[in-house]
Amino acid sequence: MIYFDNSATTKALPEVLDTYRKVSEDFFANPSSLHALGGKADEMLQSARHQIADLIGAKPSEIFFTSGGTEGDNWIIKGTAMAKRQFGKHLITTSIEHPAVINSMKQLEKLGFEVTYLPVDSRGFIHVEDLKAAIRKDTILVSVMGVNNEIGSKQPIAEIGDLLEAYPNIHFHVDAVQAIGKGLMAALRHPRVDFITFSGHKFHAPRGTGFIYAKEGRLIDPLLTGGGQEHDWRSGTENTPAIAAMAKALRLLLNDEDQKVAQQQAVRERIYQHVSQFDNVTMFSQLSDDFAPHVLCFAIEGVRGETTVHAFETHDIYISTTSACSSKKGTESSTLAAMHVRQNIATSAIRVSLDEHNTLAEADEFNAAFDAIYADFQKLNPVNRKETVRAI
Amino acid sequence: MQYSEIMVRYGELSTKGKNRQSFIGRLNGNVAKALHEYPGLTIRPKRDRLHIELNGEDADGVMNRLSQVFGIQSFSPSLAVEKDMTKVHEQVLALMNETVPEGSSYKVNTRRSDHDFALDTNAMNLDVGDFLSDARPDLVVKMKDPDFILRVEVRREAIFLSTTTIKGAGGLPVGTAGKAMLMLSGGIDSPVAGYYALKRGVEIEMVHFFSPPYTSDNALAKAKELTAKLAPYVGGIKFIQVPFTEVQEEVKAKVPEGYLMTVQRRMMLRLTEAIAQQRDGLAIFNGESVGQVASQTLESMAAINDVTTMPIIRPVATMDKNEIIAVAEDIDTYDLSIMPFEDCCTIFAPPAPKTRPKTDRARYYETKIDVDGLMQRALDGIKITEIKASDQFMNQATDLIAELL
Repeated sequence: MIYFDNSATTKALPEVLDTYRKVSEDFFANPSSLHALGGKADEMLQSARHQIADLIGAKPSEIFFTSGGTEGDNWIIKGTAMAKRQFGKHLITTSIEHPAVINSMKQLEKLGFEVTYLPVDSRGFIHVEDLKAAIRKDTILVSVMGVNNEIGSKQPIAEIGDLLEAYPNIHFHVDAVQAIGKGLMAALRHPRVDFITFSGHKFHAPRGTGFIYAKEGRLIDPLLTGGGQEHDWRSGTENTPAIAAMAKALRLLLNDEDQKVAQQQAVRERIYQHVSQFDNVTMFSQLSDDFAPHVLCFAIEGVRGETTVHAFETHDIYISTTSACSSKKGTESSTLAAMHVRQNIATSAIRVSLDEHNTLAEADEFNAAFDAIYADFQKLNPVNRKETVRAI
Repeated sequence: MQYSEIMVRYGELSTKGKNRQSFIGRLNGNVAKALHEYPGLTIRPKRDRLHIELNGEDADGVMNRLSQVFGIQSFSPSLAVEKDMTKVHEQVLALMNETVPEGSSYKVNTRRSDHDFALDTNAMNLDVGDFLSDARPDLVVKMKDPDFILRVEVRREAIFLSTTTIKGAGGLPVGTAGKAMLMLSGGIDSPVAGYYALKRGVEIEMVHFFSPPYTSDNALAKAKELTAKLAPYVGGIKFIQVPFTEVQEEVKAKVPEGYLMTVQRRMMLRLTEAIAQQRDGLAIFNGESVGQVASQTLESMAAINDVTTMPIIRPVATMDKNEIIAVAEDIDTYDLSIMPFEDCCTIFAPPAPKTRPKTDRARYYETKIDVDGLMQRALDGIKITEIKASDQFMNQATDLIAELL
């Protein structure tokens, strides 16, 4: 089996699941309980928080645990809207965000907020000048993803941070769900970045856990109110086993990060160099430095993405159409649409997404499968089809 | 940059006349204790400075520890250079390049204890300044309030260069002011009071009252952990736990509610004084702050203070709560202090304690209890432990957690 769908989710590592199981057994008590078992669970929780804070260069008090990327995005966007509505009702994001961001914005629009969706160029990047032009006196939030989940374009976070130095009152949120462990920590931790969303299951932690970074002094309203956990910012009994497992997964992920990034780059390059030689292939991800090392998006013209995904499946290779979240709806990729890619090509797009465990041998196997699949598909090619019709 | 020594400037003790030798001796001992993890160091106390030769040990680690030692005004990591002007120039440039950013202002400040060296103070200033104006033309010389002072010390053994001066903890070397007891509850204020006592050179011993089963092991562990937070300033602190259950039960049973707190506090103070006398303590420190709670109004203080003539020193008496909290955060005791465990001060707190208790009423109610017997039994049950900086009491699962994460 070759698993090339790591941007959809990753496989939890055995040692991470080991922690999950042991913490479930030995630290099962509610961390808020006063008794010794509760104290022990709380110690685990705070140690996990400490470790995560250290790993991303933040303070423990700046880390809040969530249920994952969708909650983090929703919380920071809506929480900012609620906390800062008296200062303004304008928010800025990009037209290529994950639905967790886009649909939070849409919900706020219904409540009377205004949202600017920044365009992207044909390569999938926003331009800082567009952002600058969009900033208004009543802008309260700029929310930009670190790495696009469909094509892997790295958005100019550091440049945006530099620009926003001149606008100290605007909250700056980075959705880093696809960016963690991909050599982007320096940009993410630009001093002007106020909030960052992370999701555990994208780096080999169990599903249903994540965290946000919220810079000291920056306030958002809670989304989940209740028993006052997480300093009253995020109520709900803490998911101690998953949080501990996530802290461990993050440590493992960031260990030798450079070497892991180089490995993914090499695998991606091997596939890129192979498939880009074919006439009917359109590449959306590039090999240049402004693309993340783990995402490769391309289309085989004339073949629907779904068909290609199933074709690879017969070779025991697992990839996806552009994003798992929209793949079942059969709609074309929103990122590719924003890049003004023609619809018939966009619906053909597929995404290969890697993790640090993928190998060059797997890339070679993928390339061999690609050759077979591509040859098969040539029967469907419009040029070939025309000839068939004429022959009849 | 591999520094060769840390040069330490004494704090207030430079002005202490005849006691100077004993102050320097004590500081030397405290510094050695604080740096015991670095066996390679050579510490040389001199009349006006203390020199710590690094011999390859980690300068940052050493300086980190030094910043917690009281009695130090400031210290500078220095570079030792052979007494050869070509080598001096070489090292001056290396040091300036590493520590002084482009475009900064500076001046050269030479001290000379080796009067046989060819260049005198002025000649040295001129020579080094001259050299730098060629080697680092981006720098501006400024005599008044420059960004950096390049200190050049010509000593017998070598020439020492430094550009960085780090502020020390100030105060007096711990131990030079004698010994006292600190009444440590577990709240925010008493550890801060302890910090200030240490800062003025007082060697403190912690007196902690605990009342099982009304107070939990957690409360005791918390008080010990707080002690461990203060231990780095001294090396180690004695922790004296005093069983207080019987006193509290007896007081609760015999004394009217309005005077519960006052009489309890008088008993605590009596016990602390007795312990101080046993252990050669000269004074009692506590974390009382005027008007903060019912037991800390001036009337309450007077009614409680009535039981002793030993000096009671209240370092945070006139500080606002926010000021105390700021110090507690600085010395890293705040997060511990706010952990929610009942201590013996809160456990029998009456709903409406008297804010203006009368001393004679307190004396009268005490005739209803067996003060001497209660005290004797409490003193008999005392337990004393020595707490070190590295001791841990709160987090029992640390090793297991480290393994799992």
